[in-house]
Amino acid sequence: MLLTIRSLTKTFPGTRALDAVDFDLRAGEVHALLGENGAGKSTLIKCLTGAYQRDEGELHLDGAPISPASTQEAQALGIGTVYQEVNLLPNLSVAENLTFGRQPTRFGMIDQRAMRHQAEELLSGYGLGVDVRRDLGSYSVAVQQLVAIARAVALSGKVLILDEPTASLDARETAMLFDVMRGLRDRGLGIVFISHFLDQVYEVADRATVLRNGQRIVTEETARLDRLRLIEHMLGHELEEQTTEGARHAAQPAAPDERALHFDGFGRRGKIEPFDLSIGRGEVVGLAGLLGAGRTETAEVLFGVHPAQSGTARAPEGPLDLGNPRAAIAAGFGFAPEDRKTDGIVADLSVRENIALALQARRGWARPLPRAEQNRLAEHYIQRLDIRTSDAEKAVGDLSGGNQQKVVLARWLAMNPRFFILDEPTRGIDVGAHAEILRLIEEVTEDGMSILVISSELEELVAVADRVIVVRDRRHVAELTGTEIATDRIVRAIAAPDAKAGEAA
Amino acid sequence: MTARSLPLFATIAIFLLAYLVCYLQFPAMLSTRVIGNLLTDNAYLGITAVGMTIVILSGGIDLSVGSVIAFAGVFIAVMLRDTGLHPLVVFTLLLAITTAFGAAMGGLIHVLAMPPFIVTLAGMFLARGAGYMISVDSVPIDHPFYDVLKDAYYLMPGKGRLTLIGVVMLLSVGAGMVIAHRTRFGTNVFALGGGVQTARLMGVDVGRTTILIYAFSGFMAGLSGVVFSIYTASGYPLAMVGTELNAIAAVVIGGTILTGGAGYVFGTLVGVLTMGLIQTYIVFDGSLSSWWTKIVIGALLLLFILLQKGLLRLNARRQAARSMA
Repeated sequence: MLLTIRSLTKTFPGTRALDAVDFDLRAGEVHALLGENGAGKSTLIKCLTGAYQRDEGELHLDGAPISPASTQEAQALGIGTVYQEVNLLPNLSVAENLTFGRQPTRFGMIDQRAMRHQAEELLSGYGLGVDVRRDLGSYSVAVQQLVAIARAVALSGKVLILDEPTASLDARETAMLFDVMRGLRDRGLGIVFISHFLDQVYEVADRATVLRNGQRIVTEETARLDRLRLIEHMLGHELEEQTTEGARHAAQPAAPDERALHFDGFGRRGKIEPFDLSIGRGEVVGLAGLLGAGRTETAEVLFGVHPAQSGTARAPEGPLDLGNPRAAIAAGFGFAPEDRKTDGIVADLSVRENIALALQARRGWARPLPRAEQNRLAEHYIQRLDIRTSDAEKAVGDLSGGNQQKVVLARWLAMNPRFFILDEPTRGIDVGAHAEILRLIEEVTEDGMSILVISSELEELVAVADRVIVVRDRRHVAELTGTEIATDRIVRAIAAPDAKAGEAA
Repeated sequence: MTARSLPLFATIAIFLLAYLVCYLQFPAMLSTRVIGNLLTDNAYLGITAVGMTIVILSGGIDLSVGSVIAFAGVFIAVMLRDTGLHPLVVFTLLLAITTAFGAAMGGLIHVLAMPPFIVTLAGMFLARGAGYMISVDSVPIDHPFYDVLKDAYYLMPGKGRLTLIGVVMLLSVGAGMVIAHRTRFGTNVFALGGGVQTARLMGVDVGRTTILIYAFSGFMAGLSGVVFSIYTASGYPLAMVGTELNAIAAVVIGGTILTGGAGYVFGTLVGVLTMGLIQTYIVFDGSLSSWWTKIVIGALLLLFILLQKGLLRLNARRQAARSMA
């Protein structure tokens, strides 16, 4: 065994990111590491590369215990990492990047010719027609990634960790990368491969380990791991167990509604293939799928974060312009993004200021929202959403995750949007707040607000959604209505190689 | 020709074109006398601009150099007046002080994670104030060794004088070129300019490199002060106000990208000479106000900023086109 990890544990305040995880990597294998957001993949990688210090557990490389304290140390031990965002310098030449820190020198000066030679030698096994004298930045991301891999292999040479290397590559480039990976595997490297694309996992990985909620669920040869089972492991659902109670879908048939919003052929290349979507007044549409399958991408296209390149949007009063978030807000849209820490709240501003933010933005800077009105708004939503804060002037950054999320929701509710997109509204918040947010969704839809909710928690979708749309590989592949909305149907639709499983009857 | 070197070639082309225009109007411009004077008159600027180039390549800025040069002049003049030290000893002392001053600024920038703009702005006031503390008035230098230095020149064919200080500038540029483009330190400087976080991940000792960068700039400013004191044979604390901005302008006109990570030290020399050429043209013309120098430099700066932005756009577009294909 090249690398063994035994009962690795890492806790952060409030969460156990890794809970006694075991992991083995053989020399000469590609080992896929799978799991949804928050499963613990990146924590595991960071413990391996020295970015984090583990709390408990043991790491053995080639039988010897290791505890890397920095990326450099991990590198020196033989563990190299290549991230999705290439961590090389585009303004230096390929040769300089490859030999960085170890440039051959003569009399204190860099020996250009020797450096070029070394770089060409390093790249020789990769089948790249690259002029090492040119700037790295003049090559495509795929080439940059391969250069990064070549550098990592040259520096480390035992374990290679590839963190979502294919996220920004096209099919041809991915194939090129896989050839390189297989070549390195045959040279005896152990490769840890992280990807959200299950097809790729089956194509290139020998074994796969699934993490969920900081625990290792399973490690299995990919050849013996059925796709459906794999997805169940990732999402945490056994087919037998069904959750339909509390569902509201029977209540409303999807009758055509002239007050609905219609999106026809909405899509954007590289994000999400064109899709049709109609949402009625007061309807809750759920969006299910694996991470990276097109959930958030759908939301971003709808909200104009990455404006659609094709298709039209139509409201009862006429066509809508959704070219950017401002336009979307003007059209009465709201969007609570997945990562509220970076995209949602302004941590240093108070609860009151955060709630008033969007409303103020709509009024324009010349017409400040009166302080009394702000106070009234803040008090109203603190009560209505049960935001746990000592007072409205407390900085949002000091609140717990669930309460931060409620502040984000309050900000949008204050705008009274007609269409509200919630991306993982319950991620990382406690059970009580979880239930309250679901209750809130019910409540606002009664007033006619339409909601698109994205979630990895299938029970949540089953409980709250009137319809569930399933995305896979950046496509809307299925729509479930009525009694079809059940966790097992959703899982099947996510897994199905072709979209028959849950097509609306 | 890569996109990286395009601004350099643009700079050289503009310089040659400008020289051609000058020559057509005043054929005397193409004499070794004019060329010799161009080097001598701009020696102090060229030297400090080499230090500035390294700083800007790393993504930083050094606003203190003008004050440091003025401080150097006063320090040398007063030391030579009040002590019996030989000028060479005074020079060594001075260079040690300015290098340490630069290193201290680099250290603060790194340790406090402060923007270089603010730290070197403080340095600018400090150095200027220190100059005043030594002397409020202009102090003449009349050391015999200075006469030797001032009269040291090589008579080029055509009676042009290649002075010692001109040679010092050319050597500085040469040294700067080797350091920036041919040493690991230089690669680290480019790496910082490309992205501090990435540079750190690739193993650059960011603190050490930052300190060395500003120490180098401090050294060059000190050397520039020595040269300026030889050039004017005096020290005056109010001298060289705004020189840091001229140096930055020369660096940018020389094709170095102001945000760091790309550029050539040689381009800076061409930038300095271009600015000097404009000045010379105005002297030859005789009727133009010297403020025209500023206007032309301003226009040139604007041109180069636009050129750089255009190139970045072009590159991005080419990149996008490639990834589509």
